[in-house]
Amino acid sequence: MALIETVNIGQRYGGQNVLEDVSLDIEAGEAFALIGPTGAGKTTLLRLLDLLEKPAAGSIRFDGRDVTANKSLRLGARRRMAFVLQKPVVFNMSVYDNVACGLKWRKQKEPVVRQRVNQALELAGMAQYAKRNARTLSGGETQRVAIARALAIAPEVLFLDEPTANLDPVSTAKIEEVLAHIIGEGKTTVVMATHNMSQGQRLAGRIGVIMNGRLLQLGSPGDIFSTPGNKEVAEFVGVDNILSGVIVNRDEELVTIDVNGALIQAISDYPIGAEVHALIRPEDVTLALHRDVSSARNTFEGSIAKTLLIGALVRVEVACGFPLFAVVTKRSAEDLNLAVNKKIYATFKATAVHIIKRWN
Amino acid sequence: MTELWDGLVTALKLIISLDPEVMAIAGRSLAISATSSTIAALICLPLATVIHFNKFRGKRTLINIIQTMFSLPTVAVGLFVFVLFSGAGPLGGLGIIFTPAVMVIGQVVLISPIMLGLTISALSGVDKSIADTAVSLGASRLQMAVVTIREARFAVLAALIMGFGRAISEVGLSLMVGGNIRGYTRTITTAISLETSKGDLELALALGIILIFIALIINIVLNRIQQR
Repeated sequence: MALIETVNIGQRYGGQNVLEDVSLDIEAGEAFALIGPTGAGKTTLLRLLDLLEKPAAGSIRFDGRDVTANKSLRLGARRRMAFVLQKPVVFNMSVYDNVACGLKWRKQKEPVVRQRVNQALELAGMAQYAKRNARTLSGGETQRVAIARALAIAPEVLFLDEPTANLDPVSTAKIEEVLAHIIGEGKTTVVMATHNMSQGQRLAGRIGVIMNGRLLQLGSPGDIFSTPGNKEVAEFVGVDNILSGVIVNRDEELVTIDVNGALIQAISDYPIGAEVHALIRPEDVTLALHRDVSSARNTFEGSIAKTLLIGALVRVEVACGFPLFAVVTKRSAEDLNLAVNKKIYATFKATAVHIIKRWN
Repeated sequence: MTELWDGLVTALKLIISLDPEVMAIAGRSLAISATSSTIAALICLPLATVIHFNKFRGKRTLINIIQTMFSLPTVAVGLFVFVLFSGAGPLGGLGIIFTPAVMVIGQVVLISPIMLGLTISALSGVDKSIADTAVSLGASRLQMAVVTIREARFAVLAALIMGFGRAISEVGLSLMVGGNIRGYTRTITTAISLETSKGDLELALALGIILIFIALIINIVLNRIQQR
């Protein structure tokens, strides 16, 4: 039995549906990430799961009991969870007192409070700030106090809403380290929302993609990354190449897709005549100056339309009858001497192409 | 001009020598207003919390009415309380007209809208996510209300002090329901009013100076609080 189960929950604000038909099971001890663009409904879903709000539709079970409406069951269940808000606020008191709040509200004895608070501050790397007024801290420090405050109550479920949004890379790394530690211990169920796909991949064991108030796909980070269920998810998880085509031939599992006259080979179960999207991750496309004789079935001759430096990587757009994006390291871009209009061969394997059905 | 000057000198002498009559009147004023402020605070703090944290029809209208009552005329409250507690009134049987008790009741009526309205706006000034954070950390409704008041503590304290300031400086109400009885219901403001009309300026001026001094202290405290 899952620790948290939602059945077709939905929420409305001012007559507007912000969340619809979400059915989700979260197992005890797992690290679950909700990913999706800003405004997709991640925060609303977390607020419903943390029982801060009541859903307009559907029901929520926590630890086997229906906590959708019953007031005392909700307080009891909520006291087994903690929620770190996207823009965490600290109370106007010392860091220590902030972290002690949840324990005091649970009427814990003073020695227990002291021990747990110090432990949480230590874990969050904030022990030396215990006596400071929490209002005087920086954004990253405030976020860590908020996490320590949540951890102090030893929650069974920890919800985090965009725990590193608006933080600098150093603070982000520190917070991810703390979260990785908590997840590694396996005692706390962690549910986090993020619009950062790679953060979800780094921290979570399972990912749910939420868009326009609907849960579109659930799966392991690997699944979602390599086999997104539809075009929107594919775009969100960074599949730059989304090619529309029609299956024109098949030989057992191997199909040939006509994309604007260019023929792409891929693995798929869809029949001849099916209208599909061919999804190819840009890092699966390799570039060469000469036609490669390899097992890769798809090689296209084209010219470079655009190059863009992103950190240590270069994103290359190749015009080969259709636009094809590739990502290569800066080093290999220099070795290949890539420049706009240069003739190039782009290659990807049939197994690197993920085929999804086109609905529109 | 000399009359005023002489009066001022005598007034200062009365204050410095801690004249028993002046001190008794000032002490009574403080005691009555402090009592009414405390009672009003005990009513208004919980009530403001209830109004602030609950959604109900007409909430906006209710707050508007409370704010309108900030400028309730003291004589109107005086009239209302007098009619209520005078011998022939519905509560006349209590026999408390022309006593400090009825003055306290009148002042509570007078200053409650200010305390209530300003406390509600103090609570509205607190970031909504404070309450969310408290609830998410397992606070009950009462614990959540307490932490919100704590966040707004300076603004809430300012609201209470504003109420006290209005109580100690009003004259119409105290005169009408207290009756300005010497040694019993005579307060700073009623005494000033009486002594001035009698032409006995020394006592009036001495009490006036004390009242301004009290107002000054209140203002300094308020300023200190608001600067935090």
